[in-house]
Amino acid sequence: MALLQISEPGMSAAPHQHRLAVGIDLGTTNSLVATVRNGIAVVLQDEVGRSLLPSIVRYKADGGVDVGYAAQGTQATDPRNTIVSAKRFMGRGLKDVSHIESMPYDFLDAEGMVRLRTVAGVKSPVETSAEILRVLRERAEASLGGELVGAVITVPAYFDDAQRQATKDAAKLAGLNVLRLLNEPTAAAIAYGLDNASEGVYAVFDLGGGTFDISILKLSRGVFEVLATNGDASLGGDDFDQRVYCWILDDARITFPSIEDTRRLLLKAREAKEMLTSHDEAPIHAELGTGQAVDLTLKIDTFADITRTLISKTLGPTRKALRDAGLTVNDIKGVVMVGGATRMPQVQRAVAEYFKQEPLTNLDPEKVVALGAAMQANVLAGNRAGADDWLLLDVIPLSLGLETMGGLTEKVITRNSTIPIAKAQEFTTFKDGQTAMSFHVVQGERELVSDCRSLAKFELRGIPPMVAGAARIRVTFQVDADGLLAVSAREMTSGVEASITVKPSYGLTDDEIAGMLKESIDHVGDDVQARNLREQQVEAQRLVEAVEAALAADGRLLRVEERADIDEEIAALRKRIAGADHRAIKAGIDSLNAATQDFAARRMDQGIKRALTGQKIVEFKI
Amino acid sequence: MVPDFSQDYFALFGLRRAYRIDAAQLDQAYHEMQGKVHPDRHAHLPETERRLSMQWATQVNEAYRTLKKPLLRAHYLLRLAGAETDHESNTAMSPAFLMEQMEWREAVAEARAAGEHHELEKLMQRLEKHGGEIRAEIERDLDAKKDYAAAADAVRRLMFVEKLEHEIQDALEALESQD
Repeated sequence: MALLQISEPGMSAAPHQHRLAVGIDLGTTNSLVATVRNGIAVVLQDEVGRSLLPSIVRYKADGGVDVGYAAQGTQATDPRNTIVSAKRFMGRGLKDVSHIESMPYDFLDAEGMVRLRTVAGVKSPVETSAEILRVLRERAEASLGGELVGAVITVPAYFDDAQRQATKDAAKLAGLNVLRLLNEPTAAAIAYGLDNASEGVYAVFDLGGGTFDISILKLSRGVFEVLATNGDASLGGDDFDQRVYCWILDDARITFPSIEDTRRLLLKAREAKEMLTSHDEAPIHAELGTGQAVDLTLKIDTFADITRTLISKTLGPTRKALRDAGLTVNDIKGVVMVGGATRMPQVQRAVAEYFKQEPLTNLDPEKVVALGAAMQANVLAGNRAGADDWLLLDVIPLSLGLETMGGLTEKVITRNSTIPIAKAQEFTTFKDGQTAMSFHVVQGERELVSDCRSLAKFELRGIPPMVAGAARIRVTFQVDADGLLAVSAREMTSGVEASITVKPSYGLTDDEIAGMLKESIDHVGDDVQARNLREQQVEAQRLVEAVEAALAADGRLLRVEERADIDEEIAALRKRIAGADHRAIKAGIDSLNAATQDFAARRMDQGIKRALTGQKIVEFKI
Repeated sequence: MVPDFSQDYFALFGLRRAYRIDAAQLDQAYHEMQGKVHPDRHAHLPETERRLSMQWATQVNEAYRTLKKPLLRAHYLLRLAGAETDHESNTAMSPAFLMEQMEWREAVAEARAAGEHHELEKLMQRLEKHGGEIRAEIERDLDAKKDYAAAADAVRRLMFVEKLEHEIQDALEALESQD
């Protein structure tokens, strides 16, 4: 590629030359590609005029791959090799995927991310997503008649670092230059806001096939400022299908369906759900592999009953987003509906009731994200025209932190901070002469590391030996405009440096990121208890080690019976450390401190004498 | 245009160095500056320019956040005046204030245990009023009297109050998710 000319920001490098850029909505159920043509954002269609590309990939024995409609037909006949909703597996370990029991795939729990064993070999969700993106890239290049400068890829606002990174990797794999990862509700807000010249505070309610986002944005004079975002990274239309599917099994008394029948019935479930958008009942007919005929009618009231809890799951995050923005429903000027699942009348009613106003549905909820992404891509590629002078200020959805002593999380960047953002935190060594320090980077709101998502682990080596607490290690977190994290650590006195760009490690067993915020609220009491215990354990361990080091160095300063007393105190405290009573540990610490008071004084005395006689002082600390 | 990051945050946004600020003016200056430095404005440029832009935008965000939040703004003014609050090491508060804090804390814990939503909201309102009074005190100390020692004391008290506000919010959220 030729060197780019550098121009004043806000001016394009070569005004006469339109640089081809697209916005891609990589959805759980369907994907789209859009571009700005003659100043207007349009969704690009395939050769037979279809806008949507079903997010389905079929791997074939001959190594070939079918994507989209071509793969749709084989969902029920070749379920194991026909991958749907791959987005739900992006950046996820096996334990994080919900409804895994009714999925027909041959899962492989690999390091970093779950893999699928197919007839064409083991595939990662990143590769599967890349197949979809490749088809969209080819569609765009054929339609626009040239090579793309780049693409804006949308992601759910509530996606964590691992999921974002996986999405970016998929785009690269598909041969796309990623101009930006853009949050889906923010993309929708651009399309809606620019279309309607809106001003004021808006909520974007985005319920897609597999993810739910709620974003609160302030629109003023061409600035789109996200005030807060929240969501559930595993809640969407798929879960409604799942409820209907379970109802079918129950009502038709089907036990242990084959994977083919499972897929068949899930499709029937979705058809019924879609039909209920405009009808009061939906017939469900299917013939199973066993010869059993399913002949049911799903009434709208039944559907509302079995999916009520799913709808109420959207309200918790909505409340939290409003609270984080410091606002109430009365401050919201309009609610923009995004995502195919918001077509359900039940969802619209719940939103209307909560926000005390009818939601805005004048833009196609399935296209609005791609259109907004296209507008942003056009600007990022350098095609800015006079009217395109808008600015996006987005936030990070989940707090980022580090593991500290005792498995506790130290938050470095808090959720809903405007990006890009950088924060530094200083840490010190725990032991004398410690020359290495390991860091564990986590994301989430809970106090215990084990309840947050593990993003990466790395080590800083070569710290010059110093007494405990003397080294100053500065750890810097930088989150870029894609919401991606880079971490570096540096020992300040010697300049030793270690740095990484966070790549997901997934060392953890937490259920799903969706539950993390909720749990952090539910378990505040537990966290405090656990935190107290761990703090006391760390403190006690530190004291025991210090006393033992002092005994080894200056034990001769003690009489035999004094020594025996201290040894006894140490043994007693060790026993308490293993227990779960933080008060008992605290009492043991106080007791050992008291027992070593005279010893400490004698050592101090000796230290001063040594200093006076020119001897080297041995650092000590009790 | 590269913003001059060697100046203090007030000068960066063209504001008078004072606790009392015009929030609308700050917002506007912030938006104008991000409009120039934000990575979205430089996405079509080579890697080095993009990295610089990210660093500028990061600094502008940090400056904005510092001035936007009253507590951070007060801390920052004290630092500029050479009067640090020593909030890490100096925890000496008047016994009366600590007593009051303990009472607040007990009231929050009780309301939470009893599931009293309205009580928590009432506590929050009282606390917000209290916080408002302290902020007014900080404004007088910093802007009119230039009494930094008094301001530092008020800032430390405000930190306690804001922490308590967070705890009430957590308690409210916990109750809501039980509903």
